[in-house]
Amino acid sequence: MSARESIVARIRAARAALPAMDETERAAIEGRIALHPIGTRPAMDWQLVPRFREQCVRMSSSVDDVASMAEVPRAIARFLADMKLPMRAVVWPEIAQLDWNGTGVTVEARAARGDDLVGITGTYLAVAETGTLMLLSSPSTPAATSLLPETHIAVVPQGRIVKAMEEAWALTRSERVELPRAVNFVSGPSRTADIEGQLQLGAHGPYRVHVVVVAE
Amino acid sequence: MYGSLPRLCRGRVGVGASLASTDSQPMNAPAETFKSRAHDKLNDAKVQRAMRNFNLAGARARGIADLDNFEDIRTAAAAIRDRSLASLDLWLARFEQEATRRGTKVHWAETHADINRIVIEIARATRVKKIIKSKSMVSEESHLNDALEAEGFQVVETDLGEYIVQLAGEKPSHIIAPAIHKSRDDVADLFVQHHKTPRKTDIGELTMEARKFLREHFLSGEMGISGGNFLIAETGSLMLVTNEGNGRMTTTLPRVHVAITGIEKVLPTLEDASCILRLLTRSATGQSISNYVTLNTGPKQPGDLDGPEEMHVIIVDAGRTRLLGTDMQEALRCIRCGACMNHCPVYQNIGGHAYGWVYPGPIGSVLTPNYIGLENAIDLPNAATLCNQCGVVCPVKIPLPDLMRKLREKQVDRGLRPWQERLGLKLWAWVAKRPGIYALATRIAARLGRSMGGADRVIHRLPGNGWTEGRDMPAPAGKTFRELYAERKR
Repeated sequence: MSARESIVARIRAARAALPAMDETERAAIEGRIALHPIGTRPAMDWQLVPRFREQCVRMSSSVDDVASMAEVPRAIARFLADMKLPMRAVVWPEIAQLDWNGTGVTVEARAARGDDLVGITGTYLAVAETGTLMLLSSPSTPAATSLLPETHIAVVPQGRIVKAMEEAWALTRSERVELPRAVNFVSGPSRTADIEGQLQLGAHGPYRVHVVVVAE
Repeated sequence: MYGSLPRLCRGRVGVGASLASTDSQPMNAPAETFKSRAHDKLNDAKVQRAMRNFNLAGARARGIADLDNFEDIRTAAAAIRDRSLASLDLWLARFEQEATRRGTKVHWAETHADINRIVIEIARATRVKKIIKSKSMVSEESHLNDALEAEGFQVVETDLGEYIVQLAGEKPSHIIAPAIHKSRDDVADLFVQHHKTPRKTDIGELTMEARKFLREHFLSGEMGISGGNFLIAETGSLMLVTNEGNGRMTTTLPRVHVAITGIEKVLPTLEDASCILRLLTRSATGQSISNYVTLNTGPKQPGDLDGPEEMHVIIVDAGRTRLLGTDMQEALRCIRCGACMNHCPVYQNIGGHAYGWVYPGPIGSVLTPNYIGLENAIDLPNAATLCNQCGVVCPVKIPLPDLMRKLREKQVDRGLRPWQERLGLKLWAWVAKRPGIYALATRIAARLGRSMGGADRVIHRLPGNGWTEGRDMPAPAGKTFRELYAERKR
């Protein structure tokens, strides 16, 4: 008997599973998956965008607001200059397509490397409840761009902010055939409290996360 | 029966000299010597200082206060976990089917030895040399690092706390804060010794130094080993909940990713995971969400610039099926938040190492006897005051005090208690069944007790045990209840 068979046999013996019930049980399982009901959740009687902003700050992200996508490069250039950060970034292709001329920022659309200092990404969705970015991996949205650099800047179109993770799943199901290799929910900079319980930002991932909310 | 059991009784094996420690006890002595270890930890000034600094309970309280309906969500979360356990084989089959369709190789491990064998086989087949690990408590159960090092693989723990305990040649003392027993000075010494860098004592600087050294390992690691907070049956995904980002590094950068997790960790849907997540991070650290929640579904897709070429998931039994269908099943709901230990007055005083196996605190006192045998962890179910702090805070409503009480009953039923205790109880039962002798014995005891009390009518020292070392006992009044009752009646 393979390990799989013995484990399954032990589980079935323990729960006194009857073969006659298998079809019914399997149907119940497929039913729950098809319905994927939303469980009990806290009251969410706040407004999406203000809540998202406020929770971003709570998770130690900084937030900027711009009126349109066209304003994003200048807003990011300003942030980099204010923070005295390098004016060079590894970016997703969609970010490279913005007009960076005259901003002084050099952007490179490629895989992130260990020594990249600034990474700029878009976002698939953003979750208001917790101030969270939801990033899906793909050839044009690589996962490491939001992970390896010391600074992660994310561009969030206001219309992509949803209430909670459950709403994000619903939208993902309607827009995508299936989940990509990696779904990354990012809520603020990397952190640790492993030495004497003292909180430190920037353990292995970014030290800072800056969110640019685009109104239109 | 369980492959790694003999290891519990041996010293630490297969650790490279560079990682060996001289002054610290690794946590793989059998859990049966709990009493002596607890005693040592109570007298260890370092442990006592570390435990005084440690307060995740306050953070949890603030996190929970965030939710207007914590109790309702808790009930829902327990029901979600029970649903998984009720049809566990079918949910696992559903996970396996979907994970396989997405290109993940699913392995099943019956024993701890199986886990190590499967990982070594994958490591050999993919010709890796350097392995980076993010936290995996199941791999602590099987002593995976030792097994890999014995086969010549280099293993680097990358969670900061795990990295510190690995450098020290120790084991984690808490499931989410593995190095909580270490002071910044301890860490500073370890970094000087292993990194050969000037000594730093600022916690920020120490964290930065670890980041620099571990970054090199992340970029050169060929295999990444992770645990798994949950398996999602709906999508065949692995869910990881982390704060440092090492979990993401481990599952993004190396060319092979191996995840190890228990059979009980399967959840039906993405919505179920979202519901439980609200409680997991709040119960653990008070956070509304941890910094990174990652779902990995299969290996790198065509055109992807990053991600592993192979993804493996090892689903582990190693004792878990023995709890299923028994009065211990509720323990399998556990989502490993650590709240029970953060609120346990016993854990708070002795720290995690005293428990002697992978899982400390109340959940450890229940899981350890079940996983490694009641006879190998005789003290653990008794290492609690049954104050029910753990039961109150558990986000999935595991009745921990009830389970510990049941384990105590099993110890008695199986005759595992010490002979003095068994003899004592037998004597007491014999006397209690004989009213005349009982009355005489209690009269003698009451008078003897009275005479032992001083002028202040308090007994400061009882012979034979340590009960009075830290407290006094009021001396009996000198007459038994039955005598007083008889006097009143007259």
